[in-house]
Amino acid sequence: MEHRIGVFVCHCGSNIAGVVDVKRVAEQLADYPGVAYSTDYLYMCSDPGQNMVKDAIKKHSLTGVVVSACSPTLHEATFRRAGAASDLNQYRVEMANIREHCSWVHRGDKEKATEKAIKIIKTMIEKVKQNEALEPISVPMTHRALVVGGGIAGIQAALDIANAGHDVVLVEKSPSVGGHMAQLSETFPTLDCSQCILTPKMVEVSQHPRIRLLTYCEIDDVSGYVGNFKVRIRKKAAYVNRDVCNGCGLCVEKCPRTVASEFEEGLATRKAIYTPFAQAVPNKPVLDRDNCTYFESGKCGICQKICPVNAVDYEQKDEFIEEEVGAIVVATGFDLYPVVNIGEYGGGSIEDVVTSLQFERLLSASGPTGGEVRRPSDGKIPKEVVFLTCVGSRDPENHVSYCSKVCCMYLTKHAMLYKHNVHDGQAYVFYMDVRTGGKGYEEFYQRATEEDDVLYLRGKVSKLFEEDGKVMVWGVDTLTGRKVEIAADLVVLGLAMVPNSTAVELSKKLKIQVSEWGFYSEAHPKLRPVESLAPGFYLAGAAQGPKDIPDAVAQASASASKVCALFSEKEYHREPIVAWIDEDECSGCKVCISVCPYDAIEFDSEKGISRIQEAICEGCGACIAACPSATIQQRNLTDSQLYKMVSAALED
Amino acid sequence: MFEPKIICFFCKWCTYAGADLAGTSRKQYAPNGVVLRVNCSGRIDPQHILWAFREGADGVLIGGCHPGDCHYQDGNYNTMRRVSIMKPMLEALGIEPDRLCLEWISAAEGDKVVRVMDEFVETVRDLGPLDLDLTDRLSGAEAPEGAEVVEQKS
Repeated sequence: MEHRIGVFVCHCGSNIAGVVDVKRVAEQLADYPGVAYSTDYLYMCSDPGQNMVKDAIKKHSLTGVVVSACSPTLHEATFRRAGAASDLNQYRVEMANIREHCSWVHRGDKEKATEKAIKIIKTMIEKVKQNEALEPISVPMTHRALVVGGGIAGIQAALDIANAGHDVVLVEKSPSVGGHMAQLSETFPTLDCSQCILTPKMVEVSQHPRIRLLTYCEIDDVSGYVGNFKVRIRKKAAYVNRDVCNGCGLCVEKCPRTVASEFEEGLATRKAIYTPFAQAVPNKPVLDRDNCTYFESGKCGICQKICPVNAVDYEQKDEFIEEEVGAIVVATGFDLYPVVNIGEYGGGSIEDVVTSLQFERLLSASGPTGGEVRRPSDGKIPKEVVFLTCVGSRDPENHVSYCSKVCCMYLTKHAMLYKHNVHDGQAYVFYMDVRTGGKGYEEFYQRATEEDDVLYLRGKVSKLFEEDGKVMVWGVDTLTGRKVEIAADLVVLGLAMVPNSTAVELSKKLKIQVSEWGFYSEAHPKLRPVESLAPGFYLAGAAQGPKDIPDAVAQASASASKVCALFSEKEYHREPIVAWIDEDECSGCKVCISVCPYDAIEFDSEKGISRIQEAICEGCGACIAACPSATIQQRNLTDSQLYKMVSAALED
Repeated sequence: MFEPKIICFFCKWCTYAGADLAGTSRKQYAPNGVVLRVNCSGRIDPQHILWAFREGADGVLIGGCHPGDCHYQDGNYNTMRRVSIMKPMLEALGIEPDRLCLEWISAAEGDKVVRVMDEFVETVRDLGPLDLDLTDRLSGAEAPEGAEVVEQKS
């Protein structure tokens, strides 16, 4: 076949053209063997740019297209569609990445960047020359979604998907759904009671006919691919048969052991057999075996004796539940940055220095103080309270470099609610910058300073220490240039938001990417903010990055709509970049079968050859590299293509 | 100054995306490497590496997912084993084993792409151009099926 390749060099405004001599690139490649047409344009991805591609395909009878622009992650799909619109098979359209891999990283040497851009494009011309016209492979799809994490983001995603008519499995690792939002008192900027807006949703997920709620469960293993995931869920032993339990609470009442309550952030106790909080869903207890007298000594056993429905079962073991799903929403949320790492603020050893979540509990009507702000050490009402922003955040030398986004606002809310509680008290906020981006947020901050007399001091606090029953705050007000010392009754730390402690381990099970700090990476920061790069995984809430409740809910709904879009088709259309075996050449050595991670290769014992099942093959290429007779090839990334690409990259 | 030619085989799930991140972060590094995107570092066959040397590469850099993080479960372990077998083989052929480099670089490690790329270019620069006699020796061999020897470079 005569090759008639079109090369389209994008300027990307000045992003590429500011470094790479795009005119020279286009001109030089016009003479490259097989190139029938070569041009450049300001924005190839724009409507006129795409039209140039479409028109040129027809006008010059192009057999392949190389769009030389940004990373294929961004616009491969765009240009494949453009090609298909002009009846060029979409798999004969390729992207040459001359922005992320060239102009943006070689700004200092325009000549070398231009030469490199030419080489990159040549490799893709060689690839496209041998690209086959392919069609996506259609495989059956399971129209059921898995949502991991039962905080507000997971709840919202599960409800939205279920309300669209699809079955959902919602997995939460703790005994109740609700997440951190259940711990909050009021929410900014409206001061809605957090429980009042959350608990109805918690009930809704537990009663929705399309939602299977699995609390006290964790993801053990995930295999398969988009449309056809197999998930193994570990149902942790609760030592309570929660299907039988009627939630009467007698066991909790009679249990003699008390331990610090996680839900109350250590400010109150719970029993060894417990429901995390009164409004928990499901409102059925679990037994914490690490703190149970029966498990320690074999004595006690009160809960079992007293249970009227014989639901307590000390012999219970972890169970495994298998589920098949087509899409997975990851909403595993956040933790606070460990206070123990902040040595200059006592590292958690000063009783009246509390974390922001602890302060939420002190403000909450359902909290350990019934909503009265009382300090932990002696239960007194604090008259001078200091709030610190950026504790751990924006500190690349010592802690995390990013802004946790929500601390400015919730500390403002804290200070305001404190003043509503303690009218004669004084609230101080030490800040680096007050960031109030959000609808009604700046007004909320203004209200705190003007109506509630919260005193904002611009500066960092260098040290906190105890003295005569007070917490001494040594800071600086950088606007007046003065040293500030406050003898505070209580100090609240606006600790950085970090990914949930399980996030990185889960990312390895799901095989999805995480960013430097362990937040899940979106496929594109602007244009694909709720999808993972790995198909079939969607991101919601603070697991993807610090965010407040409105953003988490919005992202959850966005994820749900992505899942629904996926489920709108009966079958899933997979990339056909799979492996295939030349049956005439195969010696039947079965090496490929031994390396295939997906059991996608079957052996035809009659013919004595191996055969790849396209619907299962993921296209990893392990079998191709292992095949001793080079009989297996990958569609549109054959060895021959790789050789030619290597040669093209090295040509002078 | 000698400018080594480097062929980079980057896994699309990790190192390729890491190189994208280096780009979006506007990190700067040596322009000597040309990146070829593969689905998995385990797709790379010893013949691809030898072919690159034969075609004039002074160094070959493979970027894969960290152990335990392979998108395809264990493809990167195949790469690791292959590279450890390749190194003495290259030595036997008279190619310094340091001209072949395997690195684990995740999608989050734009900084590492920069560091590895710069360090590898320096390593290969110190080694100097790949011995031409040797390339001649290799040129005697038949090209693998599907490959074609292009005009030899200076």
